[in-house]
Amino acid sequence: MLLITCPWCGPRAHIEFTYGGDATVDRPADPDAVSAEEWLDHIYLRDNPRGPHVEWWQHGAGCRGWFKVRRDTWTHRIHRSGPPGADLGEDEPR
Amino acid sequence: MPDVRYSIFSLARNALSHHQGWPLAWRSPQPKREYDVVIVGGGGHGLAAAYYLAKLHGISNVAVVEKGWLGGGNTGRNTTIVRSNYLLEANAHFYEHSLKLWEGLTRDLNYNVMFSQRGVVNLTHNDAQIDAARRRGNAMRLNGIDAEWLSVGEVRSMVPLLNCSPGARFPINGALVQRRGGTVRHDAVAWGYARAADACGVDIIQNCEVTGLRIDGGRVAGVETTRGDIAAKKVGLAVAGNSSRLAAMAGLRLPIESHVLQAMVTEPLKPVLDTVVTSGAAHVYISQTDKGEILMGGDLDFYNSYAQRGNLPTLEHVIQGAISLFPFLSRLRLMRTWGGVMDMTMDGSPILGKLPVEGLYMDGGWCYGGFKATPGAGWCHAWTIANDAPHPLNAAFRLDRFHRGALLDEKGVGASPQAH
Ligand SMILES: Cc1cc2nc3c(=O)[nH]c(=O)nc-3n(C[C@H](O)[C@H](O)[C@H](O)COP(=O)(O)OP(=O)(O)OC[C@H]3O[C@@H](n4cnc5c(N)ncnc54)[C@H](O)[C@@H]3O)c2cc1C
Ligand SMILES: [Zn+2]
Repeated sequence: MLLITCPWCGPRAHIEFTYGGDATVDRPADPDAVSAEEWLDHIYLRDNPRGPHVEWWQHGAGCRGWFKVRRDTWTHRIHRSGPPGADLGEDEPR
Repeated sequence: MPDVRYSIFSLARNALSHHQGWPLAWRSPQPKREYDVVIVGGGGHGLAAAYYLAKLHGISNVAVVEKGWLGGGNTGRNTTIVRSNYLLEANAHFYEHSLKLWEGLTRDLNYNVMFSQRGVVNLTHNDAQIDAARRRGNAMRLNGIDAEWLSVGEVRSMVPLLNCSPGARFPINGALVQRRGGTVRHDAVAWGYARAADACGVDIIQNCEVTGLRIDGGRVAGVETTRGDIAAKKVGLAVAGNSSRLAAMAGLRLPIESHVLQAMVTEPLKPVLDTVVTSGAAHVYISQTDKGEILMGGDLDFYNSYAQRGNLPTLEHVIQGAISLFPFLSRLRLMRTWGGVMDMTMDGSPILGKLPVEGLYMDGGWCYGGFKATPGAGWCHAWTIANDAPHPLNAAFRLDRFHRGALLDEKGVGASPQAH
């Protein structure tokens, strides 16, 4: 089972959380100014890396807050988590 | 290469020599420097594409390049359910074509794929589900596909061990059944296509990972592999779960997330279940294998993953659903669990067609359900490669549907790969 650290509640079991997908995808600031290609990119296309991935999780069975986690999609190792504005930076050394 | 047809006579002949004289089912050649077509991925899909290229389109200078062993990916990890009970027109015709190919496959390949048309029963538990199931059943019948509505009484007599009592956690109020659906022995599908493709002259190359795609002036020129470079005029990708990684080698991004899906079997039992039972509400699908194990699968683990393993809470959730339908399961021991990595697309439908690099094709994005598609997808992939254009059966699965807004969202849940 994944042990996920909520920035506000601390480490909790995976079953308390809901996954929210790739957190590097930003909604275009001015929807009227974007082209069809940019919408395509935002809504549908993903890097889908095998390796480190910064992603959204929600602590549904706790504080209900959304936050970011940096996790490896190949090993399931969780590097770190932080509040929505956090820059989760580089990998931790093994 | 020795061409020994499998039959009662060759079986008897080989029995006399204590079965020591059977030739290998396929060769293991060294890769040549160049092929007309290289197919990446030696699962059922890749092997089927190679077979139909050689058999139906006369293109036999083909290699299938597999990083591990044949069928070691999702082909050998899935719960083997095949059906064509889809609502949307494009899906209905494609999967029905595939089901028809399944019906003749053992004969076509001269290899027993143990296709068992034991029926697929989709349970309903409330009025809204009845409406949706009957609508889908009617759509299927209008498309010429068999579908039948069952009352609770009919469900009970067909599957006596189901908990059909009104007090059940998920009370059953009916079911949609497709009797022509069923199960197929997964390994036999990979082996049967491999043997038949090899007999047509296709080179099957295992333990050979593709690490790069050669692109020359917007055209594919070949693949880079752990066993050297291989030139190719055309390259087809059939790498379930790894499509994004292969596409990235051509500088492309896809509307796909990779997720892990788990399945499990119990200890073997005497025959107790002679059909496939699924429940959307209980998030579970159940059948009994020929070895007697109860085979169960359910939901994704719901986070991006390239690990071919998942976590226990998901298994527990699936088992809870299974036991709510079949209380007797609670007494059984679980024997094995495993996981496979799947391409989850943004609309839940596959991507099967040309990619925006000349000579590069893709058969992927199958989400939960690509095993049943194996013959149809291989057939359409081969057609698309041979003609450099999609067949009408896979025209709706083109990648540019996301650009055009022509999504194929069977469930109507929107652009969320986890929801399909
Ligand atoms: C647990 C589970 C249950 C499922 N249940 C069902 C079901 O009941 N019914 C159904 O219809 N579908 C089901 N599916 C989906 C189905 O298994 C797949 O959609 C289907 O088998 C895909 O076949 P394939 O040949 O494309 O993939 P695979 O068999 O995975 O073949 C792809 C191959 O590509 C190889 N490969 C990857 N990268 C490279 C590379 N760089 N170089 C060379 N080779 C590479 C892999 O090693 C692999 O062997 C299930 C999937 C899972 C995981
Ligand atoms: Zn919290």
